[in-house]
Amino acid sequence: MSAAVKPVVFDVERIRSDFPILSELVHGKKLVFLDSAASAQKPRAVIDAMVRTMETRYANVHRGLHWMSERCSDDYENARDKVAAFLNVAREEIVFVRNATEGINLVAQTFGRASLKPGDAVVVSEMEHHANLVPWQMLRDQHGVELRIVKITGAGEIDWDDLERQFADGRVRLLAVTHMSNVLGTYTPVERLAKFAHDHGARILLDGAQAVVHRAVDLRAIDADFYVFSGHKLYGPTGIGVLYGKRALLDAMPPFLGGGDMIRSVTYESSTWAEPPYRFEAGTPAIVEAVGLGAAIDYVQAIGFESIAAHERSLTDHAMAVLAAIEGVETLGHAQDRGGVVAFTLDGVHAHDVATLLDKQGIAVRAGHHCAEPLTHRLGLDSTARASFGIYTTHAEIDSLAAGLRRVQQVFGR
Amino acid sequence: MSETDDLYQALIMERARSPHHTGGLDPFDAEAEGDNPMCGDRVRIRISYDHGLIGDLRHETRGCAICVSSADLMGDAVIGKSGPEIDELAEAFDAMVIDGRVPDRSDFANLRALAGIHAYRSRHRCAILPWQALRAALGRTMEYQNG
Repeated sequence: MSAAVKPVVFDVERIRSDFPILSELVHGKKLVFLDSAASAQKPRAVIDAMVRTMETRYANVHRGLHWMSERCSDDYENARDKVAAFLNVAREEIVFVRNATEGINLVAQTFGRASLKPGDAVVVSEMEHHANLVPWQMLRDQHGVELRIVKITGAGEIDWDDLERQFADGRVRLLAVTHMSNVLGTYTPVERLAKFAHDHGARILLDGAQAVVHRAVDLRAIDADFYVFSGHKLYGPTGIGVLYGKRALLDAMPPFLGGGDMIRSVTYESSTWAEPPYRFEAGTPAIVEAVGLGAAIDYVQAIGFESIAAHERSLTDHAMAVLAAIEGVETLGHAQDRGGVVAFTLDGVHAHDVATLLDKQGIAVRAGHHCAEPLTHRLGLDSTARASFGIYTTHAEIDSLAAGLRRVQQVFGR
Repeated sequence: MSETDDLYQALIMERARSPHHTGGLDPFDAEAEGDNPMCGDRVRIRISYDHGLIGDLRHETRGCAICVSSADLMGDAVIGKSGPEIDELAEAFDAMVIDGRVPDRSDFANLRALAGIHAYRSRHRCAILPWQALRAALGRTMEYQNG
């Protein structure tokens, strides 16, 4: 590390004071929010940026010949620049979508239909969120591609032997895989996966919905072909997400939705398409939300991913240790490289009962299959509880979770 | 835990741990399954008839404490009742889950333990699932009888 880098002081209490909702009470108790992997809370900077846009700089973008529209267009496009810099790619490669799910559907329905032929294969892993499984099932049923599922190991990592097998017949054209599992916490080795896919003549799509929140993502270094994430998990608003696609791939893709803003010229008979990224942004976009996402990126970058990652690693280690100390708790996911998502079971208590009893203590966790139903069944389970961490999570909150679980055990007489 | 006494009452915990009406039923006159893919709760109900009334009911429930105890307390309440009586009971139960008001009827002596669920909207389905399965089983019996 260069001596010029400033020492980073990570002050979690100061960060917490940036999030108005964290001072709310739930059932008369201080909120312990351990559900950030579902959707993260919003800092004042994001809320203010969105309000400021609506109060002082709002009009439709890209078309108004007036001051407000020009300012608002600048803000919207400025958000695209921020996303591009955040991922280390070019602005033309950043398409605004509603969320990661829409980004994957866009790729399936455009790249998938135009560039994949019936008989080609798409590979996803056993630990995908439904968002990176169902769109490929739909493409399979509509278009005749084959969908293959690559196995994960007992620790929750990609099974490389099986990956080799899935690619062996040379028919795989796309590897679509998570960058971080929302159930097991596993980070996948994305550089290695990208190289593997490319060496086998396939493209790679990465679902970055979880990963982008917790570590710096350099898509040039990874050499990803497509990458998606959602704003709302990155402390930004709902309704805005990002699809990154390599310029040459986006250029060759037909539109997803038709309408205003995505065209170059329209006659009654036919239309021609705008260049990317606009070709894929039909209709008035989520303008205020894009500004909010830009503010969220500014916010996390000001804190810095080095210290965010260190804080969350410390939280995860602490969580794994305190949960392991409770008899009857079993944590899922033991990948070497794992992040701040900890799914667990409590012996003899259904995950929904765990979640309800924790909620009454002010502790918010998720329970169920976490939009990864096949993975839950693959693990031999019906449902799990999940605690997930963000920049505002404290070690004391994890201790509260442990104490809460002991109370659940008391209620259930265990 | 006093803050959860409204939901996890002694009777609920007791039936979740040691249900009275669990297991298979053979022979049986009708069966049906209800499931909630969101949480993996699954209830299989088997019933037998005795002179047109429910003679016995057995449930196999894989689910949370609310779902298991609801299936079991339902067993208490419906044995000895006719189809129309059960329809009426199920409607009264649904109403209690939704608004929390306990109907003034003797067959709610035990079912009233589940009244607290109304405050937990995300858990309503856990309590109602066994009743949906039972009504499906009753419907199937009707089909058999009519067909």
